[in-house]
Amino acid sequence: MYEIKCNVCVVGGGPAGLAAAVAAKKEGAEKVLIVERDESLGGILQQCIHPGFGLKLFNEELTGPEYFGRFIDEAEKAGVETLLGSMVLEVSENLVTCINSEYGVCEISADAVVLAMGCRERTRANIVIPGTRPAGVYTAGTAQRLMNRQNEMVGKKVVILGSGDIGMIMARRLTLEGAKVEAVVEIMDFLAGLTRNRVQCLDDFGIPLLLSHTVVDIKGNDRVEGVVIAEVDEKKKPIESTKKFIECDTLLLSVGLIPENELTNNAGIKISPVTKGPEVNQFMQTSIPSVFACGNVVHVNDLVDNVSAESATAGKNAALFAAGKLEKKDAIKVEAGENVRYVCPQNVVPCDGKVDLYFRVMKPNKNVKITVCDGENVLFSRKAIKVNPGEMEKATVAVDGISALTVAVKEV
Amino acid sequence: MKKDIICTVCPMGCVITVEGENGKIDSIEGYTCPRGKNYAENEFVSPVRILTSTAKISGAKTPLVAVRSKTPVPKDKLFDCMAEIRKLELTAPVKRGDVLIADVCGTGVDIVSSADVK
Ligand SMILES: Cc1cc2nc3c(=O)[nH]c(=O)nc-3n(C[C@H](O)[C@H](O)[C@H](O)COP(=O)(O)OP(=O)(O)OC[C@H]3O[C@@H](n4cnc5c(N)ncnc54)[C@H](O)[C@@H]3O)c2cc1C
Ligand code: SF4
Repeated sequence: MYEIKCNVCVVGGGPAGLAAAVAAKKEGAEKVLIVERDESLGGILQQCIHPGFGLKLFNEELTGPEYFGRFIDEAEKAGVETLLGSMVLEVSENLVTCINSEYGVCEISADAVVLAMGCRERTRANIVIPGTRPAGVYTAGTAQRLMNRQNEMVGKKVVILGSGDIGMIMARRLTLEGAKVEAVVEIMDFLAGLTRNRVQCLDDFGIPLLLSHTVVDIKGNDRVEGVVIAEVDEKKKPIESTKKFIECDTLLLSVGLIPENELTNNAGIKISPVTKGPEVNQFMQTSIPSVFACGNVVHVNDLVDNVSAESATAGKNAALFAAGKLEKKDAIKVEAGENVRYVCPQNVVPCDGKVDLYFRVMKPNKNVKITVCDGENVLFSRKAIKVNPGEMEKATVAVDGISALTVAVKEV
Repeated sequence: MKKDIICTVCPMGCVITVEGENGKIDSIEGYTCPRGKNYAENEFVSPVRILTSTAKISGAKTPLVAVRSKTPVPKDKLFDCMAEIRKLELTAPVKRGDVLIADVCGTGVDIVSSADVK
């Protein structure tokens, strides 16, 4: 069997894996290896040709390829090594097993491992839409890959279910390529993605956004011939009298992403029931101390800039762990209080310095106060005019000597 | 003419109401900060967008290369620019930032490559 030894092994070569590898190298890890199943680096950003990346990190509006291109340049300069076309099958404490057409099965032993496998899309099976099973039903990401990497147009008359960012971005892409997007249908009474995407992808082209609506039936035998949509009541139940047929040849599903965690699960790493990703502390360390995780495999991010920041933390600490410099200390659990769906990291080790807590609210609200408390003691407080589940919030707190942490978002 | 503009500069998404005629602004309200005011003024007078698409390329592993307008182009020229991009037939290698169409549709903006294709 082919064997490789390294200090830090990174699983996945998307933006998370690239940033982690560069940071590990900068922290002094000698041999850093990225294992990637695709033939090229960049992950999902290879198909994200639209602008909107890097506003926070580079203060520039980059496209996906431009964004990860900069990280590939940095990785090459830093001397990060890569193993492409290699699918990781198993991860344990200090061993990564992958398969590659040149070497067959490879065993990579590593002092520390970073998981950066990203996420995948929910499909029709995950959300259960009745009707026939014709061709022409795609997830928005699959359509994006077909159009932007493989030069295949997916349809001429399109309905999009779900107002996530990828769906809205595909609405614009399809329109610019000459298709007609009949509607974007969203079951919730608020937008799932970012407001700027609604303005620049839907409003700009006069594409209707139907909130509190869903697709109740798909018609067509060989190919989609249309969908039946309906308004939903407060309990998300379709209202019979509002049913309406829309003729179309394609239905795109933009109904959310789930972290890709088979490897994490099989390694016996503790998974958060809310994010469906591994639980981590502020060092991005999982329940197995030598295994770190970052990016969409941990929780679904809307901005890649946050992914890069969080992944640099993971890479740096993996290098410290590999060098025996990351002490083991007990952590406390971060509680999600009022109107908070989850907080990442889930655990915090009290120590010097500040920690960035990323979190999402449960429901949209206006004029709120965001607080982070240690019991009665308020560590952080900020007013926000608007909060939205589609937009991740951040609070930075000093965690020296704390005994509890609760994040809450309350109306004022 | 009265127009409600959703500011996209930051996630706050303020709704800014602009009133005016023929590119002249009479009143503007609803913004929270100067960046938003600036955005709404431009959006009212001459809205622009970054255009991204793909262009055909041969001699590479993939049939397409991602392209963009280096800077934003007028919104009403988006479809004209798309037609020009569709005519491109490139050959690898192409480097990130290479100019593929100079001054597309007389906008003064270049279409450049977003990616490195070897
Ligand atoms: C379809 C889709 C479209 C998106 N569009 C946008 C967008 O428009 N704007 C935005 O800001 N964000 C978007 N996102 C979110 C975006 O994915 C993240 O911001 C960012 O790409 C996350 O980086 P990552 O490295 O964690 O994941 P990814 O980019 O998904 O990278 C993960 C990498 O791991 C590799 N991998 C997975 N499993 C294995 C394995 N077993 N062995 C080896 N390699 C493996 C994958 O091949 C991939 O290259 C999108 C996500 C998806 C799924
Ligand atoms: S006006 Fe200012 S605060 Fe409001 S959305 Fe625009 S940039 Fe943000």
